[in-house]
Amino acid sequence: MAAITFMKTPAESKLGEQFDALRALQPALPSTTRRAEAFERFAAKGLPHRRLAAWHYTDLRGLLRDAFAPAASPGAEQLAAASAYLQALPAPQGVRLVLVDGCFQPTMSSLDKLPAGVAVASLLDVLAEGSSFATDLLAAENLGSGEAMLALNAAFMQGGVVLTLAEGVRVAEPIDLFSFATARSPVALTTRSLVEVGAGASVMINERHVSLGNLASQGNHALVFALDEGAAVDHVARLDGFPATALHVGTVLARLGAQTRFNSFTLMDTPGVTRRQSFLEFAGPHSNATFRGVTLLDAKSHGDTTLVVTHTAPHCESREYYKTILDGESTGVYQGKVVVAPGAQKTDGKMLSKAIFLADGASMYNKPELEIFADDVVCGHGATVGNLDEDQLFYLRARGIPLKEAQSLLLNAFAADAIEGVATDAIRDELTGSVEQWLRKRQS
Amino acid sequence: MLEVKNLHVEIDGKKILDGLNLTVRDGEVAAIMGPNGSGKSTLSYVIAGRSDYEVTEGEVLLDGENILEIEPEERAAKGIFLAFQYPVEIPGVATMTFLKASLNAQRKARGDADLSTPDFMRLVRAAAASLEVNPDMMKRPLNVGFSGGEKKRMEILQMALLEPRLGLLDETDSGLDIDALRIVANGVNALRAANRGFLVITHYQRLLDYIKPDVVHIMSKGRIIKTGTAELALELEKNGYRDYVADAA
Ligand SMILES: Nc1ncnc2c1ncn2[C@@H]1O[C@H](COP(=O)(O)OP(=O)(O)OP(=O)(O)O)[C@@H](O)[C@H]1O
Ligand SMILES: [Mg+2]
Repeated sequence: MAAITFMKTPAESKLGEQFDALRALQPALPSTTRRAEAFERFAAKGLPHRRLAAWHYTDLRGLLRDAFAPAASPGAEQLAAASAYLQALPAPQGVRLVLVDGCFQPTMSSLDKLPAGVAVASLLDVLAEGSSFATDLLAAENLGSGEAMLALNAAFMQGGVVLTLAEGVRVAEPIDLFSFATARSPVALTTRSLVEVGAGASVMINERHVSLGNLASQGNHALVFALDEGAAVDHVARLDGFPATALHVGTVLARLGAQTRFNSFTLMDTPGVTRRQSFLEFAGPHSNATFRGVTLLDAKSHGDTTLVVTHTAPHCESREYYKTILDGESTGVYQGKVVVAPGAQKTDGKMLSKAIFLADGASMYNKPELEIFADDVVCGHGATVGNLDEDQLFYLRARGIPLKEAQSLLLNAFAADAIEGVATDAIRDELTGSVEQWLRKRQS
Repeated sequence: MLEVKNLHVEIDGKKILDGLNLTVRDGEVAAIMGPNGSGKSTLSYVIAGRSDYEVTEGEVLLDGENILEIEPEERAAKGIFLAFQYPVEIPGVATMTFLKASLNAQRKARGDADLSTPDFMRLVRAAAASLEVNPDMMKRPLNVGFSGGEKKRMEILQMALLEPRLGLLDETDSGLDIDALRIVANGVNALRAANRGFLVITHYQRLLDYIKPDVVHIMSKGRIIKTGTAELALELEKNGYRDYVADAA
């Protein structure tokens, strides 16, 4: 195909070959055309690299030396491993939806527990039905448009779920969305899920990525939210068990109607390369979006948080609040862009990123940006980087608390105020536990 | 128990302690008085192990062992307790969490098991009651938003819990109202014991009416320039430092 001529790196040419192979197997569906278009868009630019402002600090072209083969459908052994992992967890409070190696597993999902007014379908089924509405939504490129990894995601998406909440449905318990990487050889995983929240409906989505094989994987995951008027979404994203060789790109796309609320939290404590990017648009007035996160980096890990919040409608409020702890030779990135369109008067947008260094070898890049085209707005940003307070450390040590434990106490407190924003008690406790575990590991 | 021998301390190349000698005996309450900037807090920080001071000469011996080479937490475990002139606020760390971490860390360093939660709670409640500290304060972040007097009481509460070998009290009386002064002094007096010493830094004789010192030292320009009995503090209260400081110069 023509796009191949634009390819530059071995990984990029391999992606081209993989896509051609995949396309040969696909039936003639509207989505197949969408995939091809998406791949063209990707191929025109190739993997994102440091000369693109949005990827300046996370040079995927350099990091992705090889493009791993798309994961095969999981066999009995893979499914059993994922089941065992799930069984070891506390019983879910709500519905559990499970993807293994990119494929939706209805039988491992607790579909019988779906509350009235909540529907779950497999992404591939929805694409196969060929409704242009669904395919357009799923291939949504208008949000985060031009984002190469999102285009690549649309081209390769192997599976996912389409979760629909009818008008006014309030789901009290969190819905767990698990994505397992279980393969026994290095693979690429590409998933895309959609959460459509009807007017006045509300839900908490607990997005969890779990790596079981301790093997290198390349994950490219997208989660698309569409909130109708008055809807409310809580979202928490976590990654567990990924080795230092793992690469994870996770994209959240959210379009918010009028009077909606979107509250997202991300815990990034993975040893490999992780990029979590969110693109949110306020399409209707009087809505609120909050992004919070805690990023814990050590050794050579790389954690990138990139957000683009676009205020198209007036009277909306956006908040970003990120806490990063950097040890070893790790690299942290926070890029927050708030765009205020000409009509979006009375926009209130604030970004805050705070980082603490525990080692001299670590680096943190903060890049908050405002693009304001309206005159009656309140927007602000702040970024701090520093070390733990010496007076506080000495005070604790003078009471007999060893240095690392004293650091942990202070770091715990540092992370805690971002976690406080998570609505569900049980999940908040788990997040606190994960932070404590990370701190204990460095204490020992 | 404590012997400070010919201690020379600098910060950023500036001499602050200049050949200081001082002894605190078992069971003794020693008071240190001296003009602002004479190095009293510096001495207490150096004994407790603060790292931004450079010890260029001398020793600090606790029961014969030089403690200058060991970390602040190790000194604490050996029984050094500094009640800070300015207790540090620690946002996000509940006072109770801190007290437990501190008590258990010291126990661990001495080879004792952690206290059970009920035992710990009992100790804290007793200490809080005797110092008339509102137990609700234990839930608040350590020292954050505490009044000046509340902070000082919390310092003494910690000392009561940790039962140190040597209590260094740096201007614990400043910021205390008349009632609080009495409560805190009673708290200190209750801890007086044959195997415990105190070094009480103060500007005012008033505190020494409550905590009767066995010995009073006058410090100036980084040295002890006079040592006497409680009478010395009374004299100072009347005449100020003029006579002594002039002698030293
Ligand atoms: N971190 C520092 N940097 C520079 N100078 C310092 C530092 N700490 C103390 N000093 C100086 O050392 C001297 C002694 O200070 P110190 O606090 O020990 O005095 P003090 O006797 O406790 O005084 P006060 O009665 O006012 O509490 C002062 O001149 C002070 O400015
Ligand atoms: Mg002082």
